Order: sequence, then C-alpha cells, then structure tokens
Amino acid sequence: MATHDSTRDINLHSHGGVDGSTDVRTVQVQKSLMTHNDGVAAENRMRFGSRLVLNIVSSPGSGKTALMERTVRELANDLQVGVVVGDLETDNDAVRIHDAGAPSVQIVTGAVCHLEAEMVARAVDNLDVEGLDVVVIENVGNLVCPAAWDLGEDLRVTMLSVTEGEDKPLKYPRIFKDAHAVIVNKIDIAEVVGFDRAKALDSIAKVAPAATVFEVSAKTGEGMADWLDWLRARRVEKVERLSKVTVG
Amino acid sequence: MHEFSIVMSMLDLAEASAREEGASRIEAIHLEIGALAGVVPEALEFAFQGAREGTMASAARLEVDYLPAVARCNTCDASFELDNRWGVALCPTCGTPSAQLLQGKEMQLARLEVA
Repeated sequence: MATHDSTRDINLHSHGGVDGSTDVRTVQVQKSLMTHNDGVAAENRMRFGSRLVLNIVSSPGSGKTALMERTVRELANDLQVGVVVGDLETDNDAVRIHDAGAPSVQIVTGAVCHLEAEMVARAVDNLDVEGLDVVVIENVGNLVCPAAWDLGEDLRVTMLSVTEGEDKPLKYPRIFKDAHAVIVNKIDIAEVVGFDRAKALDSIAKVAPAATVFEVSAKTGEGMADWLDWLRARRVEKVERLSKVTVG
Repeated sequence: MHEFSIVMSMLDLAEASAREEGASRIEAIHLEIGALAGVVPEALEFAFQGAREGTMASAARLEVDYLPAVARCNTCDASFELDNRWGVALCPTCGTPSAQLLQGKEMQLARLEVA
C-alpha cells in the first residue's frame, strides 16, 4: 500500500511541474509491437533457405496431426518433410509424426496459446533442416492467438473440419483472412454430421476470397491428391524464385 | 490470452525507445490497434496491469486507438471501410469480396509520453 501511494506522489509532481520537475514529453515511435518477433521470423526464413515452410493453424481436434501423418507418408517418395509441432503439453503429436516417417520436433509451450518465432528458432536447432524439402510448423490448436505471429513461413494454411460449423471463417476472420490455403477436413463424415458444404465454402470465399480451398479426409485419403500437388507446385515455385534471385 | 505476450513485447519496445530518448520513466503508452488484429481491449488492459510492475512503465497509462478495417476492391478499385466485425469485405459498389486489406491488422506502438 505504501509503495502505491509513493508512486502516486511521483506522478503528481511530474504532472504538476510546479517544483520544476522533469517535463513530460512525447516521443513518436511508430513501430509494430511485433518488431522483435518479425526480426526473428526473418532470421528463420533465411535459415530455411529454399525449403517450403508452412504454418498450419486450426482449432484443437480438427485433424492437423492426422493431415500431417498422411501428407508425410504420401510425399515420402518425392519430398522429405520435417515437422515442428506446437502443443501446450505432451509430445504425443511429434511421436505420431515420427512414426509416420518424418523427422519431428515438439515444442511444449506450457501456458502459451500460440507459437512465436523464437520458439521455432530454438526447435529448428534440433531438426536437420539441410536434409529437408518441406518444413511444416503445426501451430498450437487455436484459431485466435497464433494469427499475429509470423514464424518465418512461406504459406499460412488454416484448417477447419466438418464438425465445427460452417460459419467458422466468419467467427475467426483474422486467421482465415491471412490464409493462402484453407483445408476442410473430415469430409468422409460430412453427411452424417449434416455439414452444409455450400454454406461453408461461401463463408470461406467471403472472408478469404484469394485462398485456395481443399476438401479432404486425412483419414480416408479423399481429396489429398490436390493438396499434395499444390504443395509440390509451391515448393518448385520457391526453388525457382530463389535460384533466379541468386543468378540475378 | 495472447494479449499477455503482446504486452510483454510492447513493454520491451517501449522501454528501449524511452531509454534511447534518455527518459527515466514512461507516463503513457499510445497504441494503434486494428479492428481485425484479434486483440481484446479488456484482456490487453488486464495484461498491462499485471505486466507493467517493475518496468519503466509501472505507473503509465495505456491509451489505445482502435482503427477501422479498410479494404480495396480488386474489381473496381474502390476503397471502403468494413461495416462488420467478421472480416467480410464486400465492395459496396460492385459486391465483390475483397482479400486486400489496407488497414485493420495493425498492432502499433504509436508514441510514448516520457519524463
């Protein structure tokens, strides 16, 4: 209590200025609150080099890890994928991805509801990036908090599943607006749960009109081919873009 | 509750900027936050009250200007303010949904009042 009162006294003096105490002055800063994170993200980007890097976000339980397991398996013949997995607790997801055949690193965030560029930088120390073609960062399951943090990715992928309600993009606009691709997962059970496909696609188109949309079942494999082709094409695009920069 | 992380970054940035100016304390922090930045005002204030102790901003005010979301239509090139909080940017002139956001995602430390 005493501390609080003395703090107040200091304030009164500085505002009053009667006793000639230091004047309050205004300093223009105009810097993003993300300045530090964005700097580390830029370093991550340098470090990833020509590897295609994805940041996948969704609610908990929409099937990020299942999608990664199948993606890793189906790309195994042409592209080596490495996965960085963020979770509040446990390394269960990293183990699942490792079992699917990909190098994986788990980030346990504890109480933190999103990944930040620094967490990814530390995790990547434990990943042999040189031997990879694609790095997937599986964010903490959350459709709000991860939105603002650039991790050094090339592409942001936002996923929803058919059990979550067709208006999800309208409820979480920021994370859908930033998406290069939107994946609708679990289409194998769409009918059973009464999923209104047209309504969902309309919500996505309204919030993220430029995003490429994939409708998949990570469980049965339906629709996966288009998603994998898209990944292959983006990877080729990045390698070509970087080789031009180097030559030029 | 990512607002706590945002406030920690804000305090680091504010203290560094205040020190550069040779100030000894921060009296007020002025932010600009876009309508689609995903920041909850009450959560931001709550996190600030908790995090400011022991910093140069331990007795500072937090003042936030919320900026409306503005989009540009790719079809007819008109700029318009979004009339909803859902991020739906339908051009009022031609009805096309727009992906191009000109303003609305800002999280900016605009200025400080220091002494």
